[in-house]
Amino acid sequence: MSSIALRKKDAFAVVAPPAPASSPHPSAAALTESAARVAARNKTRSAPTGYRRFQAPDWLLKAIASALGFALFVCVWAVIARFGGRIPGPGAVWDAAVVIFSDPFYQKGPNDQGIGWNVLSSLKRVGIGFGLAALVGIPLGFVIGRFRFLSDMAAPIIAVLKPVSPLAWLPIGLLLFKAASPAAIYAIFICSLWPMIINTAVGVQQVPQDYLNVARVLNLSEWKVFTKILFPAVLPYMITGVRLSIGIAWLVIVAAEMLTGGVGIGFWVWDEWNNLKVEHIIIAIFTIGIVGLLLEQALMLIARRFNYS
Amino acid sequence: MDKYLRIENVGMSFDTKKGPFVALTGIDLTVKKGEFVSLIGHSGCGKSTLLNLVAGLLAPTAGAMILAGREIAGPGPDRGVVFQNHSLLPWLTCFGNVYLAVERVFGAAEPKAKLKARTQAALDLVGLAHAMDKQPQEISGGMKQRVGIARALAIEPKVLLLDEPFGALDALTRATLQDELIRIVGSTGTTVLMVTHDVDEAVLLSDRVVMMTNGPAATIGDILEVDLPRPRERLALAANARYIHLRGRVLQFLYHRQAKKAA
Repeated sequence: MSSIALRKKDAFAVVAPPAPASSPHPSAAALTESAARVAARNKTRSAPTGYRRFQAPDWLLKAIASALGFALFVCVWAVIARFGGRIPGPGAVWDAAVVIFSDPFYQKGPNDQGIGWNVLSSLKRVGIGFGLAALVGIPLGFVIGRFRFLSDMAAPIIAVLKPVSPLAWLPIGLLLFKAASPAAIYAIFICSLWPMIINTAVGVQQVPQDYLNVARVLNLSEWKVFTKILFPAVLPYMITGVRLSIGIAWLVIVAAEMLTGGVGIGFWVWDEWNNLKVEHIIIAIFTIGIVGLLLEQALMLIARRFNYS
Repeated sequence: MDKYLRIENVGMSFDTKKGPFVALTGIDLTVKKGEFVSLIGHSGCGKSTLLNLVAGLLAPTAGAMILAGREIAGPGPDRGVVFQNHSLLPWLTCFGNVYLAVERVFGAAEPKAKLKARTQAALDLVGLAHAMDKQPQEISGGMKQRVGIARALAIEPKVLLLDEPFGALDALTRATLQDELIRIVGSTGTTVLMVTHDVDEAVLLSDRVVMMTNGPAATIGDILEVDLPRPRERLALAANARYIHLRGRVLQFLYHRQAKKAA
């Protein structure tokens, strides 16, 4: 089991600390870590005296903690795989992943393509569906946020439709578009729409009165108010809306593709289930997770750029 | 122009859940061109409300206001407002904040180069030419308020409205900015209406100090002529008998005649 854990670590190239060779003792690890933190605090307080113990920098401690967490996760997984029937262990999944990622862009007919193509076609659907939702939702959010009457008009509709699973809209999409891919895009559109509308509208309502007073005492034109005050003030809220939308869209696309078929990571999961290639399903789970994480991080980066506080 | 700004029998009441709340009543005030008038009173006396009425941000429920022969019917760039909390737009540089106002007022008539020159001149006036390209969050509170003053003055307003402009600053910065304001107003001859709760600030800067009674239904209690010669020097005035007397009269009004009941 320990050998599997070690292989796993090399595999995912986590910043690998000298991990406990046998099964890890998380409590002991946590203890040494907190001791190290206390020591670090003491060091900043007292004058540096040269003969103090080696101090790990913060990022290193963080990396060690993450790696330990991941190692623990892999161990639990390995135990489950060993005693839990047909779940493949980390080693088997790694071997399968090496094969799959060595040729991610092969094409052998419409239903047998590399994982790269599957991820890209899912991202494409999310992109189109989300893009359309942004085109509709952001202007709608602005007018709803700006005019009380429209806000009151829209409130009941949004309140009722927002909690509906986007998958419930899938049959309507199939009915309207009579094809699988547009129906999936349509489901993404619907689920991305609400966070875009709501966050933009809230952003508009939260624009500080001080800024609007500046606009009022200067008698700025509506266009100037929009470009110089409303839009920049609402931008952080809009980016939050984008982040939520993309997050939900990435959740929904997998389910939608399972139902509609074609090419896509969700379809691939279902296809591999039919082929009983459970390793591939686990690879898909990790792939979906990592792509989602990257999307989130990219948007966080953008959000930080437009944070004025 | 003896009656540059006329505030005629102005009253203001707000609708609240408990019925109408009368904030101001029977306010009558005339400000001459180039005059510096302060409004002073305890908090809640409606002095900021009066300023907002002149700014046009509120509409009076009684009376009328006339500025340079035209009735005040809403906000407009003929009045420059400096807000207490600077209200600079954080996504624009100092230059951008002032330029936004300049462009609004002179953009139709003047070329871009002229607008930029006006913006620079305004920032020069408040001594911030070096910080033009900084974002508001990169400069100190006193500097932000200077940019606010530059923004208000750059549009060459008929009257400059200051709403406790230095209230949020520390005492030293406040004194520096008061001296700056004396200099700027002295050089531009701007008409100023300033809300303050600082007795020294009122006497030091003003030609007249309007002392307001406590609300609700606040009105003008007394008006003090400050007949100190200009230019005024903070240090010289500190020992000036006339200054001490005038200051004493404002204090007398605030803490004796209009003593605020212990909150």
